[in-house]
Amino acid sequence: MGSIFNFSDYDQLIPLITNSLIAGGLLALVGGLIGIFVMNRDMSFAVHGISELSFAGAAFALLAGFNVVLGSVVGSILAALVIGVLGAKAKERNSIVAVLMPAGLGLGILALALYEGRAANKFGLLTGQIIAVDDPQLAGLATICLIVLVTLGVVWRPLSFASLDPEVAAARGVPTRALSIVFMLILGLAVAASVQVVGALLVLSLLVTPAAASLRVTSSQVLAPILSVSFALISVLGGILLALGAGLPISPYVTTISFLIYVICRVIERVKR
Amino acid sequence: MSTKPVLQISNATFEVNGSQGESRTLWSNLSLEVQPHEFIAVIGSNGSGKTSLLKAILGQEPISSGTIKINAKPIHRGNGKVGYIPQHRVIDGATPLRARDLIRFGLDGQRFGFGLPSVLNRKKVDRVLASVDAEAFAKKTIGQLSGGELQRLRVGQAVIGEPDLILADEPLSALDLHQQKTIADLLDRERREHNAAVLFVTHDVNPILDYVDRVLYLANGKFKIGTPDEVLTSEVLTELYGTPVDVLRNQGRIVVVGTHEHDHHPDEEWN
Repeated sequence: MGSIFNFSDYDQLIPLITNSLIAGGLLALVGGLIGIFVMNRDMSFAVHGISELSFAGAAFALLAGFNVVLGSVVGSILAALVIGVLGAKAKERNSIVAVLMPAGLGLGILALALYEGRAANKFGLLTGQIIAVDDPQLAGLATICLIVLVTLGVVWRPLSFASLDPEVAAARGVPTRALSIVFMLILGLAVAASVQVVGALLVLSLLVTPAAASLRVTSSQVLAPILSVSFALISVLGGILLALGAGLPISPYVTTISFLIYVICRVIERVKR
Repeated sequence: MSTKPVLQISNATFEVNGSQGESRTLWSNLSLEVQPHEFIAVIGSNGSGKTSLLKAILGQEPISSGTIKINAKPIHRGNGKVGYIPQHRVIDGATPLRARDLIRFGLDGQRFGFGLPSVLNRKKVDRVLASVDAEAFAKKTIGQLSGGELQRLRVGQAVIGEPDLILADEPLSALDLHQQKTIADLLDRERREHNAAVLFVTHDVNPILDYVDRVLYLANGKFKIGTPDEVLTSEVLTELYGTPVDVLRNQGRIVVVGTHEHDHHPDEEWN
Protein backbone atom coordinates (compact mmCIF):
# COMPACT_ATOMS: atom_id res chain seq x y z
CA MET A 1 0.00 0.00 0.00
CA GLY A 2 1.68 3.20 -1.15
CA SER A 3 1.02 6.55 0.44
CA ILE A 4 -0.61 9.43 -1.37
CA PHE A 5 2.42 11.60 -0.72
CA ASN A 6 5.85 10.11 -1.35
CA PHE A 7 8.90 12.12 -2.32
CA SER A 8 11.75 9.58 -2.36
CA ASP A 9 13.47 9.20 -5.76
CA TYR A 10 12.02 12.58 -6.70
CA ASP A 11 15.12 13.91 -8.43
CA GLN A 12 15.18 10.94 -10.79
CA LEU A 13 11.51 11.27 -11.67
CA ILE A 14 11.42 14.96 -12.57
CA PRO A 15 13.27 14.67 -15.93
CA LEU A 16 10.77 12.00 -16.99
CA ILE A 17 7.87 14.34 -16.66
CA THR A 18 9.25 17.47 -18.33
CA ASN A 19 6.77 17.04 -21.19
CA SER A 20 3.90 16.66 -18.76
CA LEU A 21 4.91 19.81 -16.91
CA ILE A 22 5.08 21.80 -20.15
CA ALA A 23 1.74 20.43 -21.30
CA GLY A 24 0.21 21.16 -17.91
CA GLY A 25 1.58 24.69 -17.89
CA LEU A 26 0.20 25.43 -21.34
CA LEU A 27 -3.20 24.04 -20.44
CA ALA A 28 -3.28 26.05 -17.24
CA LEU A 29 -2.56 29.21 -19.22
CA VAL A 30 -5.30 28.43 -21.73
CA GLY A 31 -7.79 27.22 -19.11
CA GLY A 32 -7.22 30.15 -16.79
CA LEU A 33 -7.75 32.71 -19.55
CA ILE A 34 -10.64 31.16 -21.42
CA GLY A 35 -12.29 30.34 -18.08
CA ILE A 36 -12.83 34.07 -17.49
CA PHE A 37 -15.00 34.17 -20.61
CA VAL A 38 -16.72 30.91 -19.71
CA MET A 39 -17.78 32.62 -16.47
CA ASN A 40 -18.66 35.95 -18.10
CA ARG A 41 -20.80 34.22 -20.69
CA ASP A 42 -22.38 31.82 -18.19
CA MET A 43 -21.16 28.73 -20.01
CA SER A 44 -19.86 26.44 -17.26
CA PHE A 45 -22.40 23.75 -17.98
CA ALA A 46 -21.74 24.00 -21.71
CA VAL A 47 -18.08 23.26 -21.05
CA HIS A 48 -19.08 19.99 -19.42
CA GLY A 49 -21.29 19.11 -22.38
CA ILE A 50 -18.53 19.84 -24.87
CA SER A 51 -16.08 17.70 -22.91
CA GLU A 52 -18.38 14.66 -23.06
CA LEU A 53 -18.67 14.99 -26.83
CA SER A 54 -14.94 15.46 -27.00
CA PHE A 55 -14.60 12.19 -25.07
CA ALA A 56 -16.91 10.47 -27.56
CA GLY A 57 -14.83 11.74 -30.46
CA ALA A 58 -11.62 10.56 -28.83
CA ALA A 59 -13.11 7.17 -27.99
CA PHE A 60 -14.21 6.61 -31.58
CA ALA A 61 -10.81 7.68 -32.87
CA LEU A 62 -9.22 5.17 -30.49
CA LEU A 63 -11.56 2.43 -31.72
CA ALA A 64 -11.01 3.27 -35.38
CA GLY A 65 -7.27 3.64 -34.96
CA PHE A 66 -7.21 7.35 -35.82
CA ASN A 67 -5.38 10.09 -33.98
CA VAL A 68 -7.09 10.42 -30.59
CA VAL A 69 -6.41 14.15 -30.27
CA LEU A 70 -7.94 14.75 -33.67
CA GLY A 71 -11.03 12.72 -32.73
CA SER A 72 -11.32 14.69 -29.54
CA VAL A 73 -11.03 18.03 -31.38
CA VAL A 74 -13.69 17.02 -33.91
CA GLY A 75 -16.15 15.94 -31.20
CA SER A 76 -15.48 19.05 -29.20
CA ILE A 77 -15.88 21.52 -32.03
CA LEU A 78 -19.06 19.88 -33.28
CA ALA A 79 -20.56 20.10 -29.82
CA ALA A 80 -19.39 23.67 -29.34
CA LEU A 81 -20.92 24.77 -32.63
CA VAL A 82 -24.23 23.05 -31.97
CA ILE A 83 -24.42 24.65 -28.54
CA GLY A 84 -23.31 28.02 -29.92
CA VAL A 85 -25.78 28.08 -32.82
CA LEU A 86 -28.83 26.55 -31.14
CA GLY A 87 -28.31 27.82 -27.64
CA ALA A 88 -27.96 31.56 -27.93
CA LYS A 89 -30.08 32.04 -24.81
CA ALA A 90 -28.96 30.60 -21.49
CA LYS A 91 -32.15 28.61 -20.92
CA GLU A 92 -32.14 26.92 -24.33
CA ARG A 93 -28.43 26.32 -23.99
CA ASN A 94 -28.78 24.43 -20.74
CA SER A 95 -31.36 22.07 -22.18
CA ILE A 96 -29.33 21.49 -25.34
CA VAL A 97 -26.27 20.69 -23.25
CA ALA A 98 -28.30 18.37 -21.04
CA VAL A 99 -29.48 16.52 -24.16
CA LEU A 100 -26.08 16.34 -25.86
CA MET A 101 -24.12 15.28 -22.80
CA PRO A 102 -25.55 11.82 -22.12
CA ALA A 103 -25.71 11.16 -25.87
CA GLY A 104 -22.00 11.84 -26.16
CA LEU A 105 -21.07 9.94 -23.04
CA GLY A 106 -23.13 6.94 -24.17
CA LEU A 107 -21.50 6.85 -27.59
CA GLY A 108 -18.09 7.19 -26.01
CA ILE A 109 -18.74 4.29 -23.65
CA LEU A 110 -19.94 2.18 -26.59
CA ALA A 111 -16.74 2.91 -28.50
CA LEU A 112 -14.61 2.04 -25.47
CA ALA A 113 -16.53 -1.21 -24.90
CA LEU A 114 -15.79 -2.24 -28.47
CA TYR A 115 -12.12 -1.24 -28.20
CA GLU A 116 -9.78 -4.13 -27.48
CA GLY A 117 -6.49 -2.31 -26.88
CA ARG A 118 -4.87 -1.22 -23.65
CA ALA A 119 -7.32 -0.56 -20.86
CA ALA A 120 -5.27 2.37 -19.58
CA ASN A 121 -6.05 4.27 -22.80
CA LYS A 122 -9.76 3.97 -22.10
CA PHE A 123 -9.64 5.09 -18.53
CA GLY A 124 -7.30 7.94 -19.40
CA LEU A 125 -9.84 9.66 -21.63
CA LEU A 126 -12.22 10.02 -18.73
CA THR A 127 -9.86 10.75 -15.88
CA GLY A 128 -6.62 11.97 -17.40
CA GLN A 129 -3.25 10.60 -18.41
CA ILE A 130 -0.84 13.48 -18.25
CA ILE A 131 2.10 11.43 -17.03
CA ALA A 132 2.43 9.80 -20.43
CA VAL A 133 2.81 12.81 -22.76
CA ASP A 134 5.21 12.00 -25.59
CA ASP A 135 6.83 14.51 -27.96
CA PRO A 136 4.32 14.33 -30.87
CA GLN A 137 1.46 14.60 -28.39
CA LEU A 138 3.07 17.62 -26.78
CA ALA A 139 3.53 19.24 -30.19
CA GLY A 140 -0.18 18.68 -30.93
CA LEU A 141 -1.24 20.13 -27.61
CA ALA A 142 1.08 23.10 -27.97
CA THR A 143 -0.34 23.86 -31.42
CA ILE A 144 -3.90 23.79 -30.14
CA CYS A 145 -2.98 25.98 -27.17
CA LEU A 146 -1.19 28.44 -29.40
CA ILE A 147 -4.21 28.79 -31.70
CA VAL A 148 -6.44 29.43 -28.69
CA LEU A 149 -4.06 31.93 -27.11
CA VAL A 150 -3.46 33.94 -30.29
CA THR A 151 -7.19 34.08 -31.06
CA LEU A 152 -7.97 35.14 -27.49
CA GLY A 153 -5.35 37.87 -27.76
CA VAL A 154 -6.99 39.24 -30.90
CA VAL A 155 -10.60 39.18 -29.71
CA TRP A 156 -9.99 39.84 -26.00
CA ARG A 157 -11.38 43.37 -25.70
CA PRO A 158 -14.45 43.14 -27.97
CA LEU A 159 -15.22 39.69 -26.54
CA SER A 160 -15.14 41.12 -23.00
CA PHE A 161 -17.39 43.97 -24.11
CA ALA A 162 -19.80 41.59 -25.86
CA SER A 163 -19.83 39.19 -22.90
CA LEU A 164 -20.37 41.75 -20.14
CA ASP A 165 -22.35 44.50 -21.85
CA PRO A 166 -23.89 42.86 -24.94
CA GLU A 167 -26.51 45.46 -25.82
CA VAL A 168 -24.15 48.43 -25.92
CA ALA A 169 -21.43 46.31 -27.53
CA ALA A 170 -23.79 45.48 -30.41
CA ALA A 171 -24.81 49.12 -30.72
CA ARG A 172 -21.16 50.14 -30.89
CA GLY A 173 -20.57 47.77 -33.79
CA VAL A 174 -18.99 44.78 -32.04
CA PRO A 175 -19.79 41.74 -34.23
CA THR A 176 -21.35 39.90 -31.30
CA ARG A 177 -22.69 36.95 -33.31
CA ALA A 178 -19.42 36.27 -35.12
CA LEU A 179 -17.50 36.63 -31.88
CA SER A 180 -19.68 34.09 -30.11
CA ILE A 181 -19.01 31.54 -32.87
CA VAL A 182 -15.26 32.25 -32.69
CA PHE A 183 -15.45 31.86 -28.94
CA MET A 184 -17.23 28.50 -29.22
CA LEU A 185 -14.55 27.28 -31.65
CA ILE A 186 -11.65 28.15 -29.37
CA LEU A 187 -13.57 26.84 -26.37
CA GLY A 188 -13.96 23.56 -28.26
CA LEU A 189 -10.21 23.47 -28.90
CA ALA A 190 -9.38 24.28 -25.29
CA VAL A 191 -11.69 21.54 -24.06
CA ALA A 192 -10.22 18.99 -26.48
CA ALA A 193 -6.71 19.82 -25.27
CA SER A 194 -7.74 19.59 -21.64
CA VAL A 195 -9.48 16.25 -22.13
CA GLN A 196 -6.12 14.77 -23.15
CA VAL A 197 -4.62 15.70 -19.85
CA VAL A 198 -7.18 15.89 -17.06
CA GLY A 199 -9.82 13.72 -18.74
CA ALA A 200 -13.35 14.47 -19.87
CA LEU A 201 -14.87 14.25 -16.41
CA LEU A 202 -12.52 16.77 -14.84
CA VAL A 203 -12.19 19.43 -17.53
CA LEU A 204 -14.22 21.84 -15.42
CA SER A 205 -11.51 21.91 -12.79
CA LEU A 206 -9.23 23.56 -15.35
CA LEU A 207 -11.61 25.63 -17.45
CA VAL A 208 -14.01 26.83 -14.77
CA THR A 209 -12.76 26.49 -11.19
CA PRO A 210 -9.69 28.78 -11.41
CA ALA A 211 -11.65 31.56 -13.14
CA ALA A 212 -14.58 31.12 -10.75
CA ALA A 213 -12.18 31.41 -7.82
CA SER A 214 -10.48 34.54 -9.14
CA LEU A 215 -13.81 36.26 -9.83
CA ARG A 216 -14.78 35.72 -6.17
CA VAL A 217 -11.95 38.01 -5.09
CA THR A 218 -11.67 40.53 -7.94
CA SER A 219 -13.71 42.07 -10.73
CA SER A 220 -10.74 43.86 -12.24
CA GLN A 221 -10.41 43.23 -15.97
CA VAL A 222 -6.65 42.91 -15.52
CA LEU A 223 -6.27 41.15 -12.19
CA ALA A 224 -8.98 38.53 -12.76
CA PRO A 225 -7.24 36.77 -15.69
CA ILE A 226 -3.85 37.00 -13.95
CA LEU A 227 -5.19 35.38 -10.78
CA SER A 228 -7.14 32.81 -12.75
CA VAL A 229 -4.04 31.71 -14.67
CA SER A 230 -2.01 31.62 -11.44
CA PHE A 231 -4.61 29.42 -9.75
CA ALA A 232 -4.70 27.09 -12.75
CA LEU A 233 -0.90 26.87 -12.82
CA ILE A 234 -0.69 26.11 -9.11
CA SER A 235 -3.37 23.42 -9.46
CA VAL A 236 -1.94 21.68 -12.51
CA LEU A 237 1.78 21.88 -11.77
CA GLY A 238 1.22 21.23 -8.07
CA GLY A 239 -1.02 18.30 -8.95
CA ILE A 240 1.52 16.75 -11.29
CA LEU A 241 4.38 17.11 -8.80
CA LEU A 242 2.37 15.68 -5.91
CA ALA A 243 0.98 12.81 -7.96
CA LEU A 244 4.42 11.89 -9.21
CA GLY A 245 5.69 10.74 -5.85
CA ALA A 246 2.69 8.58 -5.15
CA GLY A 247 2.35 7.06 -8.60
CA LEU A 248 -1.39 7.77 -8.51
CA PRO A 249 -3.42 9.54 -11.26
CA ILE A 250 -2.81 13.28 -11.26
CA SER A 251 -6.43 14.36 -11.67
CA PRO A 252 -7.47 13.98 -8.02
CA TYR A 253 -4.55 16.16 -6.99
CA VAL A 254 -5.35 18.80 -9.60
CA THR A 255 -9.05 18.89 -8.79
CA THR A 256 -8.43 18.99 -5.05
CA ILE A 257 -5.95 21.86 -5.21
CA SER A 258 -8.17 23.82 -7.54
CA PHE A 259 -11.19 23.18 -5.32
CA LEU A 260 -9.27 24.27 -2.20
CA ILE A 261 -8.22 27.51 -3.93
CA TYR A 262 -11.85 28.14 -4.75
CA VAL A 263 -12.89 27.59 -1.14
CA ILE A 264 -10.15 29.92 0.10
CA CYS A 265 -11.26 32.60 -2.36
CA ARG A 266 -14.83 32.33 -1.12
CA VAL A 267 -13.60 32.74 2.45
CA ILE A 268 -11.53 35.79 1.46
CA GLU A 269 -14.55 37.27 -0.30
CA ARG A 270 -16.65 36.76 2.83
CA VAL A 271 -14.01 38.31 5.10
CA LYS A 272 -13.59 41.35 2.82
CA ARG A 273 -17.27 42.27 3.11
CA MET B 1 -29.36 77.08 -39.87
CA SER B 2 -26.12 77.13 -41.77
CA THR B 3 -24.15 74.54 -39.81
CA LYS B 4 -23.67 71.06 -41.20
CA PRO B 5 -26.23 68.57 -39.94
CA VAL B 6 -24.93 65.71 -37.79
CA LEU B 7 -27.69 63.42 -38.90
CA GLN B 8 -29.61 63.46 -42.16
CA ILE B 9 -32.49 61.10 -42.70
CA SER B 10 -34.08 61.38 -46.14
CA ASN B 11 -37.28 59.65 -47.19
CA ALA B 12 -36.54 56.66 -44.99
CA THR B 13 -39.01 53.80 -44.69
CA PHE B 14 -38.76 51.04 -42.13
CA GLU B 15 -40.59 47.75 -42.55
CA VAL B 16 -40.72 44.76 -40.25
CA ASN B 17 -41.51 41.25 -41.41
CA GLY B 18 -44.39 39.58 -39.62
CA SER B 19 -44.65 35.90 -38.81
CA GLN B 20 -46.67 35.14 -41.96
CA GLY B 21 -44.12 36.78 -44.23
CA GLU B 22 -46.20 39.93 -44.65
CA SER B 23 -44.40 43.17 -44.02
CA ARG B 24 -45.65 46.02 -41.89
CA THR B 25 -44.48 49.58 -42.35
CA LEU B 26 -43.49 51.22 -39.07
CA TRP B 27 -42.82 54.60 -40.63
CA SER B 28 -42.33 55.83 -44.15
CA ASN B 29 -40.89 58.84 -45.96
CA LEU B 30 -39.31 60.05 -42.76
CA SER B 31 -37.01 62.99 -43.30
CA LEU B 32 -35.14 64.68 -40.50
CA GLU B 33 -32.03 66.81 -40.24
CA VAL B 34 -30.41 67.12 -36.85
CA GLN B 35 -28.00 69.95 -36.18
CA PRO B 36 -25.13 69.83 -33.70
CA HIS B 37 -26.37 70.76 -30.20
CA GLU B 38 -29.95 69.80 -30.96
CA PHE B 39 -31.89 67.80 -28.40
CA ILE B 40 -34.63 65.84 -30.09
CA ALA B 41 -37.23 63.80 -28.29
CA VAL B 42 -38.57 60.79 -30.14
CA ILE B 43 -42.01 60.03 -28.75
CA GLY B 44 -44.65 57.50 -29.69
CA SER B 45 -46.61 54.53 -28.50
CA ASN B 46 -45.14 51.06 -28.12
CA GLY B 47 -44.52 49.46 -31.49
CA SER B 48 -44.48 52.79 -33.32
CA GLY B 49 -40.88 52.21 -34.38
CA LYS B 50 -38.92 54.43 -31.99
CA THR B 51 -36.31 51.81 -31.15
CA SER B 52 -36.22 50.71 -34.80
CA LEU B 53 -35.28 54.26 -35.72
CA LEU B 54 -32.28 54.09 -33.38
CA LYS B 55 -31.32 50.64 -34.70
CA ALA B 56 -31.49 51.95 -38.25
CA ILE B 57 -29.24 54.89 -37.39
CA LEU B 58 -26.84 52.51 -35.63
CA GLY B 59 -26.76 50.36 -38.76
CA GLN B 60 -28.11 47.34 -36.86
CA GLU B 61 -31.31 47.16 -38.90
CA PRO B 62 -31.63 48.05 -42.59
CA ILE B 63 -34.18 50.58 -43.82
CA SER B 64 -36.17 49.45 -46.86
CA SER B 65 -35.79 52.73 -48.71
CA GLY B 66 -34.28 56.17 -48.28
CA THR B 67 -30.91 57.17 -46.86
CA ILE B 68 -29.40 57.93 -43.47
CA LYS B 69 -26.18 59.89 -43.21
CA ILE B 70 -24.06 60.83 -40.24
CA ASN B 71 -21.70 63.78 -40.77
CA ALA B 72 -22.63 63.60 -44.46
CA LYS B 73 -21.40 60.01 -44.75
CA PRO B 74 -23.57 56.91 -45.15
CA ILE B 75 -24.11 55.09 -41.88
CA HIS B 76 -22.12 52.01 -40.97
CA ARG B 77 -22.04 49.79 -37.91
CA GLY B 78 -19.66 50.81 -35.18
CA ASN B 79 -19.43 54.49 -36.02
CA GLY B 80 -17.16 55.97 -33.34
CA LYS B 81 -18.97 59.30 -33.62
CA VAL B 82 -22.18 57.81 -32.24
CA GLY B 83 -22.73 57.22 -28.53
CA TYR B 84 -25.48 54.94 -27.28
CA ILE B 85 -27.36 54.86 -23.99
CA PRO B 86 -29.60 51.84 -23.42
CA GLN B 87 -32.63 51.42 -21.22
CA HIS B 88 -31.91 50.62 -17.61
CA ARG B 89 -31.93 46.89 -16.96
CA VAL B 90 -31.36 45.05 -13.74
CA ILE B 91 -27.89 43.55 -13.88
CA ASP B 92 -27.01 40.26 -12.26
CA GLY B 93 -25.19 41.07 -9.02
CA ALA B 94 -22.43 38.63 -9.90
CA THR B 95 -21.50 40.32 -13.20
CA PRO B 96 -17.76 40.92 -12.85
CA LEU B 97 -17.63 44.39 -14.37
CA ARG B 98 -16.59 47.44 -12.39
CA ALA B 99 -18.13 50.84 -12.95
CA ARG B 100 -14.95 52.31 -14.38
CA ASP B 101 -14.51 49.41 -16.80
CA LEU B 102 -18.03 49.96 -18.12
CA ILE B 103 -17.00 53.51 -19.01
CA ARG B 104 -13.74 52.25 -20.47
CA PHE B 105 -15.69 50.00 -22.85
CA GLY B 106 -17.26 53.16 -24.25
CA LEU B 107 -13.81 54.40 -25.19
CA ASP B 108 -12.40 51.48 -27.16
CA GLY B 109 -14.33 48.30 -26.29
CA GLN B 110 -15.07 47.57 -29.92
CA ARG B 111 -11.41 47.48 -30.98
CA PHE B 112 -9.58 44.21 -31.41
CA GLY B 113 -6.59 43.36 -29.27
CA PHE B 114 -6.02 43.22 -25.54
CA GLY B 115 -6.53 46.85 -24.65
CA LEU B 116 -3.71 47.03 -22.15
CA PRO B 117 -4.21 49.67 -19.46
CA SER B 118 -2.59 53.00 -20.32
CA VAL B 119 -2.09 56.17 -18.30
CA LEU B 120 -3.80 58.27 -20.96
CA ASN B 121 -6.92 56.12 -21.00
CA ARG B 122 -7.02 55.90 -17.22
CA LYS B 123 -6.99 59.69 -17.01
CA LYS B 124 -9.80 59.92 -19.56
CA VAL B 125 -11.89 57.45 -17.58
CA ASP B 126 -11.12 59.36 -14.36
CA ARG B 127 -12.26 62.62 -15.94
CA VAL B 128 -15.51 61.09 -17.14
CA LEU B 129 -16.11 59.38 -13.78
CA ALA B 130 -15.79 62.78 -12.14
CA SER B 131 -18.05 64.48 -14.66
CA VAL B 132 -20.90 62.01 -14.07
CA ASP B 133 -20.27 62.12 -10.30
CA ALA B 134 -19.40 58.41 -10.18
CA GLU B 135 -16.03 58.49 -8.42
CA ALA B 136 -17.50 57.17 -5.19
CA PHE B 137 -18.53 53.88 -6.80
CA ALA B 138 -15.91 53.62 -9.54
CA LYS B 139 -14.59 50.32 -8.19
CA LYS B 140 -17.93 48.74 -7.39
CA THR B 141 -19.33 46.15 -9.76
CA ILE B 142 -22.26 47.36 -11.84
CA GLY B 143 -24.62 44.80 -10.29
CA GLN B 144 -24.25 46.56 -6.93
CA LEU B 145 -25.35 49.97 -8.23
CA SER B 146 -28.71 51.69 -8.03
CA GLY B 147 -30.61 52.40 -11.24
CA GLY B 148 -29.67 56.07 -11.13
CA GLU B 149 -25.99 55.30 -10.55
CA LEU B 150 -25.92 52.86 -13.44
CA GLN B 151 -27.58 55.30 -15.83
CA ARG B 152 -25.09 57.99 -14.81
CA LEU B 153 -22.36 55.58 -15.90
CA ARG B 154 -24.25 54.97 -19.14
CA VAL B 155 -24.11 58.68 -19.89
CA GLY B 156 -20.37 58.61 -19.18
CA GLN B 157 -19.92 55.51 -21.34
CA ALA B 158 -21.69 57.25 -24.22
CA VAL B 159 -19.78 60.54 -24.02
CA ILE B 160 -16.24 59.28 -23.36
CA GLY B 161 -15.68 58.70 -27.08
CA GLU B 162 -16.67 62.36 -27.71
CA PRO B 163 -19.51 61.50 -30.08
CA ASP B 164 -21.23 63.97 -32.39
CA LEU B 165 -24.53 62.17 -31.94
CA ILE B 166 -25.90 60.49 -28.80
CA LEU B 167 -28.71 57.99 -29.19
CA ALA B 168 -30.62 57.27 -26.01
CA ASP B 169 -33.23 54.49 -25.90
CA GLU B 170 -35.58 55.21 -22.98
CA PRO B 171 -32.69 55.84 -20.57
CA LEU B 172 -35.00 57.13 -17.85
CA SER B 173 -37.44 54.23 -17.64
CA ALA B 174 -37.51 52.41 -14.31
CA LEU B 175 -35.96 55.43 -12.56
CA ASP B 176 -37.74 57.53 -9.96
CA LEU B 177 -38.53 61.17 -10.70
CA HIS B 178 -35.52 62.53 -8.87
CA GLN B 179 -33.14 60.18 -10.70
CA GLN B 180 -34.83 61.01 -14.03
CA LYS B 181 -34.11 64.67 -13.40
CA THR B 182 -30.46 63.98 -12.51
CA ILE B 183 -29.85 61.90 -15.64
CA ALA B 184 -31.63 64.36 -17.93
CA ASP B 185 -29.64 67.30 -16.46
CA LEU B 186 -26.42 65.37 -16.83
CA LEU B 187 -27.09 64.37 -20.43
CA ASP B 188 -28.00 67.95 -21.29
CA ARG B 189 -24.80 69.28 -19.72
CA GLU B 190 -22.63 66.65 -21.40
CA ARG B 191 -24.07 67.26 -24.85
CA ARG B 192 -23.38 70.99 -24.46
CA GLU B 193 -19.81 70.35 -23.32
CA HIS B 194 -19.15 67.85 -26.10
CA ASN B 195 -21.13 69.75 -28.70
CA ALA B 196 -23.21 66.66 -29.47
CA ALA B 197 -26.72 66.24 -30.78
CA VAL B 198 -29.10 64.00 -28.84
CA LEU B 199 -31.86 61.74 -30.13
CA PHE B 200 -33.78 60.76 -27.04
CA VAL B 201 -36.41 58.03 -27.27
CA THR B 202 -38.99 58.25 -24.51
CA HIS B 203 -42.66 57.81 -23.90
CA ASP B 204 -42.80 60.56 -21.32
CA VAL B 205 -41.53 63.92 -22.51
CA ASN B 206 -41.85 65.64 -19.13
CA PRO B 207 -38.46 64.84 -17.57
CA ILE B 208 -36.69 66.33 -20.60
CA LEU B 209 -39.17 69.03 -21.58
CA ASP B 210 -36.81 71.84 -20.49
CA TYR B 211 -34.08 70.69 -22.87
CA VAL B 212 -36.00 69.51 -25.92
CA ASP B 213 -35.56 71.59 -29.06
CA ARG B 214 -37.76 69.49 -31.29
CA VAL B 215 -40.06 66.52 -31.01
CA LEU B 216 -40.42 63.65 -33.47
CA TYR B 217 -43.77 62.05 -32.73
CA LEU B 218 -44.39 58.62 -34.26
CA ALA B 219 -47.86 57.04 -34.37
CA ASN B 220 -49.80 54.78 -36.72
CA GLY B 221 -47.09 54.77 -39.37
CA LYS B 222 -47.20 58.56 -39.49
CA PHE B 223 -45.02 61.15 -37.86
CA LYS B 224 -44.84 64.83 -36.99
CA ILE B 225 -41.73 66.90 -36.37
CA GLY B 226 -41.60 70.30 -34.71
CA THR B 227 -41.07 72.15 -31.45
CA PRO B 228 -42.92 70.73 -28.44
CA ASP B 229 -45.44 73.55 -28.70
CA GLU B 230 -46.10 72.76 -32.34
CA VAL B 231 -46.41 68.99 -31.99
CA LEU B 232 -47.78 68.34 -28.54
CA THR B 233 -51.23 69.76 -29.13
CA SER B 234 -54.64 68.13 -29.15
CA GLU B 235 -55.15 68.93 -32.86
CA VAL B 236 -51.85 67.46 -34.09
CA LEU B 237 -52.04 64.28 -32.03
CA THR B 238 -55.71 63.76 -32.86
CA GLU B 239 -54.76 63.89 -36.52
CA LEU B 240 -51.80 61.50 -35.99
CA TYR B 241 -53.75 58.93 -34.03
CA GLY B 242 -56.96 59.34 -35.97
CA THR B 243 -58.93 59.28 -32.70
CA PRO B 244 -59.64 62.11 -30.27
CA VAL B 245 -56.59 62.87 -28.15
CA ASP B 246 -56.37 65.55 -25.49
CA VAL B 247 -53.11 67.23 -24.55
CA LEU B 248 -53.33 68.77 -21.10
CA ARG B 249 -50.78 71.19 -19.70
CA ASN B 250 -50.51 71.55 -15.99
CA GLN B 251 -47.72 73.28 -14.05
CA GLY B 252 -45.23 72.80 -16.84
CA ARG B 253 -46.12 69.14 -17.32
CA ILE B 254 -47.72 67.71 -20.41
CA VAL B 255 -50.19 64.87 -20.16
CA VAL B 256 -51.52 63.12 -23.24
CA VAL B 257 -54.93 61.50 -22.77
CA GLY B 258 -56.76 59.16 -25.09
CA THR B 259 -53.95 57.27 -26.85
CA HIS B 260 -54.79 54.04 -25.01
CA GLU B 261 -51.29 54.17 -23.61
CA HIS B 262 -50.17 54.52 -20.04
CA ASP B 263 -50.10 58.23 -19.44
CA HIS B 264 -47.57 57.59 -16.75
CA HIS B 265 -44.69 55.28 -16.85
CA PRO B 266 -45.82 51.84 -15.66
CA ASP B 267 -43.04 51.73 -13.09
CA GLU B 268 -43.85 55.10 -11.67
CA GLU B 269 -46.23 53.82 -9.06
CA TRP B 270 -43.51 51.62 -7.61
CA ASN B 271 -41.20 54.51 -6.88
